[in-house]
Amino acid sequence: MTGLLVLIPVALGLGLAGLAAFFWSVRDGQYDDMDGAALRVLMDDIEGPPA
Amino acid sequence: MTVSAPMGTALAAETSSFTVPDLRCAGCITKIETGLTALPGVIFARVNFTQKRVRVDHLPEIESDQLQAAIERIGFAAHPFVANDSPQAADPETRKLARALAVAGFAAMNVMLLSVSVWSGASGVTRDLFHWLSAMISLPAVVYAGRPFFASAWAALRHGRTNMDVPISIGVLLTCALSLFETATGGEHAYFDGAVMLLFFLLAGRLLDSVMRARAADSVAALMRATPNEATVVAADGTIQRRSVEELAPNMCIMVAAGERIAADGVVETGQSSVGRALVTGESLPELAIPGAQVLAGTINLDAPLTIRVTAAGATTVIAEIGRLMEAATQSRSRYVRISDRASRLYAPAVHLLAFLSLIGWLVAGAGWHQAIMIAVAVLIITCPCALGLAVPVAHVVAAGALMRVGIIVKDGSALERLAEADRVVLDKTGTLTLGRPQVDGHPGLTGVDAARALALAQASRHPLAQALALWLQSRGVVAATLTDIRERVGTGMEGRHDGHKVRLGRTAPTSEAATAELMSVDYAFDGRPAITIHFDDALRPDAAAALSRLETQGLSPSMLSGDRAPVVARIAQALGIPGRAALSPQDKIALVEEMQSAGHRVLMIGDGLNDGPALKAAHASMAPASASNVGQAAADLVFMGDPLAPVPIAVSTARKTMKIVRQNFVMAIGYNIVAVPLAILGYVTPLVAALAMSGSSLIVVANALRLRTAAQ
Repeated sequence: MTGLLVLIPVALGLGLAGLAAFFWSVRDGQYDDMDGAALRVLMDDIEGPPA
Repeated sequence: MTVSAPMGTALAAETSSFTVPDLRCAGCITKIETGLTALPGVIFARVNFTQKRVRVDHLPEIESDQLQAAIERIGFAAHPFVANDSPQAADPETRKLARALAVAGFAAMNVMLLSVSVWSGASGVTRDLFHWLSAMISLPAVVYAGRPFFASAWAALRHGRTNMDVPISIGVLLTCALSLFETATGGEHAYFDGAVMLLFFLLAGRLLDSVMRARAADSVAALMRATPNEATVVAADGTIQRRSVEELAPNMCIMVAAGERIAADGVVETGQSSVGRALVTGESLPELAIPGAQVLAGTINLDAPLTIRVTAAGATTVIAEIGRLMEAATQSRSRYVRISDRASRLYAPAVHLLAFLSLIGWLVAGAGWHQAIMIAVAVLIITCPCALGLAVPVAHVVAAGALMRVGIIVKDGSALERLAEADRVVLDKTGTLTLGRPQVDGHPGLTGVDAARALALAQASRHPLAQALALWLQSRGVVAATLTDIRERVGTGMEGRHDGHKVRLGRTAPTSEAATAELMSVDYAFDGRPAITIHFDDALRPDAAAALSRLETQGLSPSMLSGDRAPVVARIAQALGIPGRAALSPQDKIALVEEMQSAGHRVLMIGDGLNDGPALKAAHASMAPASASNVGQAAADLVFMGDPLAPVPIAVSTARKTMKIVRQNFVMAIGYNIVAVPLAILGYVTPLVAALAMSGSSLIVVANALRLRTAAQ
């Protein structure tokens, strides 16, 4: 039982972290251009982070 | 999409979007983005490869047709896209649903983790602990993720109506309340997992549906943007003033500089120029504007300044009349009820009744309140329409994805439903059956050094015929000769010198006006030698005949409605073997479409020009090529890219396959209910059975819809 007291909060925490990451990625536009993102990794010289 | 440094500059930026169908690789992205960003006035350019689109943030002084020309210089065909997709304005409804879906998904996974241990035999204190944990996770999640349903159900109830969201809301709330009671009293079954999973599946359906719903792209607003806000008015005493368009009145004189849009309908008083009518009629060739000629508001004066006597301004112009027709036409379309809405109208009362009857039935049969309510809640959960809610939108989204891969953009999911029902197809001529751009016809007899000289002149002009000639010569490997003194003579053509000899490329001698009424042509002349006449034709789309015959086998009999002159229409109609009507105004087109529809036919309208706008809106379903005017694109349900006409029959066949899948999905979702509901009413449904039934039926529906991935053929 004591194991559960540690593991359950850990499991919930990981789930929440995933949820937060998902919210961030949506807001950041990570899903706007899925095919393009796969191609952009092949591009040679982008100066600075692509906006 | 993050808006970082480049936008930080405090400049009033405008955004233009273009569809670029030929995007194929990473190289294309780099070429377009770096090419556009290098232009002065362009702040930022971003390619969306998935949607085959470029979004450009630019200063107001650079016009969108300049950007289009720039993309074409980089080497890609581009068409302006009616921008309703700027990421900042991304639909708040969709975003809200996505967040709610994420929360419900998170809660469903965690609660399921706990539930699995309960089902596999946890008992006593452990079970109670897990139930409490489930409650702690799911209650806040239900409050957050259930809001879209609660809000809609409350709105319906307040007006004394019921909708699909009412049984959903009652089901979820009752389930949570009952499960909380069970948890508090140490009961055996808690349905927290069912409640959250239900929300998750329903939200998935809602989200997909929201993605597929047409955003109100205001086509009438797109139309009005085409006319300028100000005009240069010449007073009787010759003084010149800038006035706003509202102040214009018939019989005023306005001056229109070269390159400016004309602000009102009128008659040319002085000056000689040509007028680009692409926006209003879809006609690619400029029309000659000489004193006495009529010009329309919204068209562009191309070559030289004109003075125009206004005949109609403001709300009485032809373009404003088209706007009114379009607004009126939209109403008939809005009467269409989506298939999912029709289904839910029948569904909601049936579910209420069933749950209520099982409650009464069990009470009458002598069961206690507790047991009767448990069973009624189980009925509500089991009948909640997860699979039904997914049945339509999943099929629409998968079909739209398949169509997108072959270059067809579906703007609204319900368009697929309407397209599947069409049994007549009506096509515009210019730009729809034809490519809408002049092409060199046959062998003009231009060879060797003559071709090189002609190319040098043609390249220097922006006239559509000259550009078509340049393109054709380049494609044959001609290299331009070096000419000197190249200049453009307004209304007549290009002139230059080669080794001291005069070279001319321009309008065919006016004596042959009658002969050029049908075929467009230019003359090439070198010094004193007789001129070589080069003929142009607005060619049919390469596969027009094949596409039409496929449409015919699909049961859509085609006909052509054109605003063009009778001889041209007759020629095309004969070449394709379809009936054609000529010289139709936008009002005539809409009247003919409505006449067919009131005769019981469902019309698919395909057109591109502004003059087709009202008919596109009035027809049961509509398609436009990506080369269409803004208005045409905004008014159509589907937009197809590229030169072939084949996308039309492809879209029709895909729409029909989609509806077949949708109907299968309905049968499966209802079949599932027929099996599961008696079990629920008899009281055999435990949380485990509910979870299995719900996810099982939803997955089957999704898997069935995925068969549409390859449907676009």
